[in-house]
Amino acid sequence: MNTGSDFFNIDSLLTEDELMVRDTMRSFVDREVLPVIEEANRENRFPMDLPKKMAELGVFGPTLPGEYGGGDANYVIYGLMMQELERGDSGIRSFASVQTSLVMYPIFRYGTEEQKRRWLPALASAESIGCFGLTEPDHGSDPGGMVTRAVRDGDSFVLNGAKMWITNGTIADVAVVWAKLDGEVRGFLVEKGTPGFTAPEMKGKHSLRASVTSELVFQDCRIPAENILPGAKGLKAPLSCLTQARYGISWGAIGAATACYETALDYAKTRTQFDRPIASFQLVQQKLTFMETEITKARLLSLHLGRLQDQQKATFYHVSMAKRNNVDIALQIARMARDVLGANGILDEYPVMRHMNNLESVRTYEGTHDIHTLIIGQAITGIAAYT
Amino acid sequence: MNIFVCVSHVPDTTTKVQVGEDGKSIDPSGVTWILNPYDEYAVEAALQLKEAREGEVTVVCFGPDAVKETIRKGLAMGADKGLHIKSDQPRDSFGTAKALAETLKDREADVIFCGRQSIDYDGWQMAGLLGEMLDLPSVTVASKLEIKEDGSIEAEREIEGGMETVVSKLPAVISAQKGLNDPRYPKLQGIMQAKRKPIEDVEPSPYKNRVEVLEMSKPPVKSAGKIVGEGPDAVKELVKLLHEEAKVI
Ligand SMILES: Cc1cc2nc3c(=O)[nH]c(=O)nc-3n(C[C@H](O)[C@H](O)[C@H](O)COP(=O)(O)OP(=O)(O)OC[C@H]3O[C@@H](n4cnc5c(N)ncnc54)[C@H](O)[C@@H]3O)c2cc1C
Repeated sequence: MNTGSDFFNIDSLLTEDELMVRDTMRSFVDREVLPVIEEANRENRFPMDLPKKMAELGVFGPTLPGEYGGGDANYVIYGLMMQELERGDSGIRSFASVQTSLVMYPIFRYGTEEQKRRWLPALASAESIGCFGLTEPDHGSDPGGMVTRAVRDGDSFVLNGAKMWITNGTIADVAVVWAKLDGEVRGFLVEKGTPGFTAPEMKGKHSLRASVTSELVFQDCRIPAENILPGAKGLKAPLSCLTQARYGISWGAIGAATACYETALDYAKTRTQFDRPIASFQLVQQKLTFMETEITKARLLSLHLGRLQDQQKATFYHVSMAKRNNVDIALQIARMARDVLGANGILDEYPVMRHMNNLESVRTYEGTHDIHTLIIGQAITGIAAYT
Repeated sequence: MNIFVCVSHVPDTTTKVQVGEDGKSIDPSGVTWILNPYDEYAVEAALQLKEAREGEVTVVCFGPDAVKETIRKGLAMGADKGLHIKSDQPRDSFGTAKALAETLKDREADVIFCGRQSIDYDGWQMAGLLGEMLDLPSVTVASKLEIKEDGSIEAEREIEGGMETVVSKLPAVISAQKGLNDPRYPKLQGIMQAKRKPIEDVEPSPYKNRVEVLEMSKPPVKSAGKIVGEGPDAVKELVKLLHEEAKVI
């Protein structure tokens, strides 16, 4: 088993169950993800047999109550799961983030009892797959400007509009779709196969190739009135889901960074040039030191965030800081690791360039790096700089 | 069915084990401990049997308090109860088997599983010793197992160059080999429930080790290989070196 980097003995801050979950996920990723991921990535294909296996371990909805198929676990456990999944691939972690934080969470928090009973156990067991449609072709960082509309018509709502960049869209059985109803952002559950709803896959990605990304198109798509999420009113509802997902991403980035760092460390110790291992050169050691230090700091940041979250003291701007920092250092580490591996760094024999390319998406989605800068800036100064 | 699984708490296979200061034990600092990999097959076999026949699975471990972690791993996989034979004194294989046998003897076990070997001290003795001490048949290194309705078992064992099929009555002691099954991962729900499952503590009767460890040492560091040449021309040189330097021919 790959024991991972623990330079600062941060494991001593984790409980026995947290460690057991982390180690179980670690061996799951070693055995089930790493052997298939390069090929899936090359073929631009999501490994469809993984969700059921992940569900067996309790990856979907880990913090939700057991009666809905959840695991009654804390947020640190959810974070550790995302960390280990992303040590495998950001696309696999994205699948889990979407299912848990962007689909199960809004149904749990804003849905009716009937919606919860119908969807949560099915999503937890991966019998059903979900997606989350907020971003539109012309509204990314500014989702409040969305143009997708819902209109009430008797016992139905009729949706018109289009979403873009939607993870899992094509393979989803249920889409959580955000649209304006009488000028207010509301959430709707749209089932696969509903007339007027299509979800074509987007092609040509250089990043997150082992993840499905789609458009969602609604043309006079009629859904039953009971498919509205009654509790979700206003933009703060989808933003609350994003805060959940970003929390997990802050942990996930540590996993991708760790995979790159360990590959670089191993390579540097065995690759010789000028009759010495390249790890003996100061410039290489400087890179490795940076990686180890930044991973250590990122782990402490996410772990503290997780403890705050478990005490209900974490805010969206804490989450922004962790997402922004951890994805940023992960991408820097991936690029540096690519450099340490020289020409070998560009080959898919090593995971580094795959992680590097993936992290470009992770830096943009769930609030771009710069938008998080502005969220933190607003929290510090009290002045919003993004409008 | 009343099913017991004897497990051991061993250093992770990727841990770089160091010899301790006394020169006769391993240095536990920095070691990550795991459920012995062969015992994972044993736990899985026990759980499958329970699922097919109903009953109860108890995970048993001899050792200091730290082994509770490994017992809980078995509970997280799905076992019902733990049994911890507490002792801070390390024992030889015979002593460990004695502690297990005296604990299990009056508990009306239908099956006792263990791994074929524990990957720390590699004794390979537990199933045989337990069978003798409890006066039960023991089937070792089982890579296939079928438990029949009439209470008999049929097992396949790997033997030198082939397979052997054996039958036995229950109760019996069975040691698990790789390939017996595909051990399940502990589910999150299982890990969360494990904390609430009971672990009974028992004290073993005193024992004095029959085998004394005099010294532990790491294998000599392998020196780099040597390439003596290429093609048929190198054979002469190789033969000479094997004869004169390595003194093996
Ligand atoms: C692989 C992938 C999967 C995705 N999955 C989903 C999904 O499942 N569901 C979903 O709804 N969305 C998803 N997204 C969309 C993602 O959330 C958006 O791409 C993201 O919000 C950014 O929007 P945009 O791409 O339109 O960029 P834009 O908003 O156009 O931003 C372009 C640049 O301008 C900068 N910028 C914008 N506004 C400001 C400002 N006020 N001040 C300073 N700089 C600014 C940004 O930081 C960025 O650098 C996904 C994206 C990707 C790449």
